[in-house]
Amino acid sequence: MKILVPIKRVVDYNVKVRVKSDGSGIDLANVKMSVNPFDEIAVEEAVRLKEAGKASEIVVVTIGPEKAQEQIRTAMAIGADRGILVKTDTPIDLGGVEPLAVAKTLKAIVEQESPDLVIMGKQSIDDDSNQTGQMLSALLGWAQGTFTSKLEVDGDTLKVTREIDGGLETVSLKAPAIVTTDLRLNVPRFAKLPDIMKAKKKELEIKEPSDYGVDFTPRLSIVEVSDPPVRSGGIKVPDVDTLIDKLKNEAKVI
Amino acid sequence: MSILVIAEHDNSSLKAATLNTVTAAAKIGGDIHILVAGTSCDAAASAAAAVNGVSKVIKADAAHLEHQLAEDVAPIIIDLAKGYSHVLAPATTFGKNVLPRAAAVLDTQQISDIISVESADTFKRPVYAGNAIATVKSSDDIKLITVRGTTFDAADATGGSASIEDYTGASASGLSTFVSAELSKSERPELTAAKVVVSGGRGVGSAENFAIIEKLADKLGGAVGASRAAVDAGYVPNDYQVGQTGKVVAPDLYIAVGISGAIQHLAGMKDSKVIVAINKDEDAPIFNIADYGLVADLFDVVPELEGKL
Repeated sequence: MKILVPIKRVVDYNVKVRVKSDGSGIDLANVKMSVNPFDEIAVEEAVRLKEAGKASEIVVVTIGPEKAQEQIRTAMAIGADRGILVKTDTPIDLGGVEPLAVAKTLKAIVEQESPDLVIMGKQSIDDDSNQTGQMLSALLGWAQGTFTSKLEVDGDTLKVTREIDGGLETVSLKAPAIVTTDLRLNVPRFAKLPDIMKAKKKELEIKEPSDYGVDFTPRLSIVEVSDPPVRSGGIKVPDVDTLIDKLKNEAKVI
Repeated sequence: MSILVIAEHDNSSLKAATLNTVTAAAKIGGDIHILVAGTSCDAAASAAAAVNGVSKVIKADAAHLEHQLAEDVAPIIIDLAKGYSHVLAPATTFGKNVLPRAAAVLDTQQISDIISVESADTFKRPVYAGNAIATVKSSDDIKLITVRGTTFDAADATGGSASIEDYTGASASGLSTFVSAELSKSERPELTAAKVVVSGGRGVGSAENFAIIEKLADKLGGAVGASRAAVDAGYVPNDYQVGQTGKVVAPDLYIAVGISGAIQHLAGMKDSKVIVAINKDEDAPIFNIADYGLVADLFDVVPELEGKL
């Protein structure tokens, strides 16, 4: 089974982002960038399937700037075999390459690479859209298992346990299929130094959007990006009695 | 303009988020229709017909729609969408699963998780875990949108008298099969619709200790939530999780117990009307957004609070 893992370069989840003063977007200058956490989980899951003898090759793909090679190397250090960067200077977080354009590009790559399974994050932590996996699945006419917390592969049958609002749901899919990851699917390993060194020698192909014939012109224009309403801290109360009094007589919520 | 709302339901009743989505549709303005796709879903369709402001219910009733799998529901939306200016679904795991599948085939860039309607083509949505708000304007002919329920009031579930029309074009995709569901059973109100939410974090320490959180929630007639840390530690099931990737809640009263206040958690609850934080670490970030903070051992003060209410 060949697995394709699309990943995204995003602002590291520990960074407190700042809105640009002109309201055009988020200030990305000198900010630490990482692999989107959900995508790292996807890479880890693919590597575990390979280690279990269920996958033969893992190809990672990303769309982004030249520097997104760093994120491909990170995925390779976890265990991916090969990488493809679709290089673009169009912003990838907001007001640039949108989920639909990403899904169309990935569809073209899937048609060239013919994977049996695509594992990807359920959402990226910049734009938070939660669309690309479902869109790719639709464009390919494949089955989808979204928000996955457990994945069992048995030949070409996938048993996918999904985190849904009411609890858990399990569906059975026939490969080829798309699986999107939720947080509890696995805990990605820390890459060891020898693996990081080995990753540098793995094959990384650089492509252009025009190679796939996809138009990156956004459908949504960003009118403004602003700070969320600020919630100021309140007061500390000394004891339970004061708390009850405040909730009853000041906030009037009980 | 006319708007199609995709109902989330369990075949017998509508899920609360459907009513919030109807309110968002009313803000856009125009005729509002509701799609109810399911199996033996007459009761859910009747409930949809009674929602104030809805003029037509489209009922797709077929055996293969019982679990409303995305692969089976999306083709119905794709087929119907051409007659509408907007298609709205709740931004729940149901809506998030289904709607992008329809959007891709319709060649439309969906707008996820809107928190306000600025005009018929312009909407606000949180990005970067709610650390920024983007105002976006769509140039697509049909706008596909998911709606964050907590930022729109629920539409009146009564007062409407919409017609119910059958949709008969649904066919099974055969791509995926439902195996099983493990749903949390609870007498408590639904987390996203509750007026009071009491949440526990890592500080609660164990699954057994969560009983004190539950007792307090029950005393207040509220729901029980949890931080990601508490879910990851196995204290409570995944569907209790409040936060960026869990549920977004905005109750009148949110009580955070033993929760430090990681940014991912704050993204899921900072729109609550009143926030109470109970934590023994006086530097915990949760106190920066809490209206009332109590620096104390939760094992002392939570039972005391429960006893005195």
